[in-house]
Amino acid sequence: MKEFDTELGISVTGCNLWYGELQALKNIDMEIAEREITAFIGPSGCGKSTFLKTLNRMNDLVENCRIEGRFIIGGVDIYAKDTDVNLLRKNVGMVFQKPNPFPMSVYDNIAFAPRTFGIKKRSELDEIVEKSLRRASIWDDLKDRLKKSALGLSGGQQQRLCIARALAAEPKILLMDEPTSALDPISTGKIEDLMSELKTELTIVIVTHNMQQATRIADKTAFFYLGELIEYAETETLFTTPKDRRTENYITGRFG
Amino acid sequence: MSIRVKYETELNSVYNKLIAMCRSVETAIERSIDSLITRNDDLAKEVIRDDKRIDGIEHEIEQDCLKILLLEHPVASDFREVSATLKMITDLERIADQAADISELALQFGDERFIKEPTHIKEMAKLAALMVKDSVLSLINKDRELARALDDRDDRVDALFGVIKSDLVALIQKDKNNVDQAILFMMIAKYLERISDHAVNIGEWVEYAITGSHKVG
Repeated sequence: MKEFDTELGISVTGCNLWYGELQALKNIDMEIAEREITAFIGPSGCGKSTFLKTLNRMNDLVENCRIEGRFIIGGVDIYAKDTDVNLLRKNVGMVFQKPNPFPMSVYDNIAFAPRTFGIKKRSELDEIVEKSLRRASIWDDLKDRLKKSALGLSGGQQQRLCIARALAAEPKILLMDEPTSALDPISTGKIEDLMSELKTELTIVIVTHNMQQATRIADKTAFFYLGELIEYAETETLFTTPKDRRTENYITGRFG
Repeated sequence: MSIRVKYETELNSVYNKLIAMCRSVETAIERSIDSLITRNDDLAKEVIRDDKRIDGIEHEIEQDCLKILLLEHPVASDFREVSATLKMITDLERIADQAADISELALQFGDERFIKEPTHIKEMAKLAALMVKDSVLSLINKDRELARALDDRDDRVDALFGVIKSDLVALIQKDKNNVDQAILFMMIAKYLERISDHAVNIGEWVEYAITGSHKVG
């Protein structure tokens, strides 16, 4: 298959997705700029997480899920027959709402992906573990606890560990599905700082229910409603002068 | 009470204070000119005293708006309305200052006969006070046309200022003894001209609240 090139942008055209009979995404066209943070907002069930998951083919695992459209990431058509899904997920990492460290040591969590991709040498793994933990701003917290179980860490530490684990695969794009919704404001702040630092090298797409979070960190924001992409603009524009009535109603709390 | 209803209640309370402030400012303009025309020193002093109370309302509205920004994090039109209100009250407060300044000048005429009946000044004051009223009304009613029309109405006030200026120049040329009153009248006319400019500023903030675009200049 074609290698992912250095262009880290995402281009989606004509995305439709069904769960059985239910159409969850409708005619979505979207260009996501590289080395920026793009936030997806919208009410629960609007399709934002579903759309996020299409970007590294997480929906492949869902039964009765049918996807249409053209998804180009880093120059690669990610739904083409010859696409290596493992390679896709190496390049497009994902962090979930609930921190999900593997039930193993901090070290083994981080070394998991590099080992999967064939790295065996201890010194090389040591280097990756340190570098990834540093990039996730959690090296100082964990450097003396590398052999301890990751399950003993606090929620905020676990989430940063999961980000470090995703970074260990050297992804070019990081998808984050409500990564701070289970965290306190201090841990949230640390993760937001981290995202702002990472965007100099990575493209980040984040689903969030916290609109202040979108205004704080996202360069662009996309509003999804009932499976459609309603409005997609510079974050400042979307939150000061939204064009669509539905966006206005949602962000000002007039819905329902 | 839902959060949205609570928000709208808070915003309405700010709007009610804004309407009250606007009425006080209109009254200050009218009274300052009445005190001049009727030579009523007590009325002039009342306008000067009332300026302090208007400053108080401005402060109160400012605190309310900052509290809404801090606690409610308004966005979209909510955000624009609150920020426009914050800007508008500065203009309203300045207008009240200028009405007080006019009253200070009115006190300086003493009992001397006017060198000229201030009919144009009266006309200017009437137009300016009405512009102030409509500027605030345009926010409350989200009336973009009313807000936009203020610019043209300002031209009428500017034209009157020009007429007053040339009349006063002629009076000074006719008799040097007219200079003292002419300067006082000129300053009053200038304050009224500034008041109408402030009303235009308010209209521009209303335009921002409604559309999101703010005219610079």
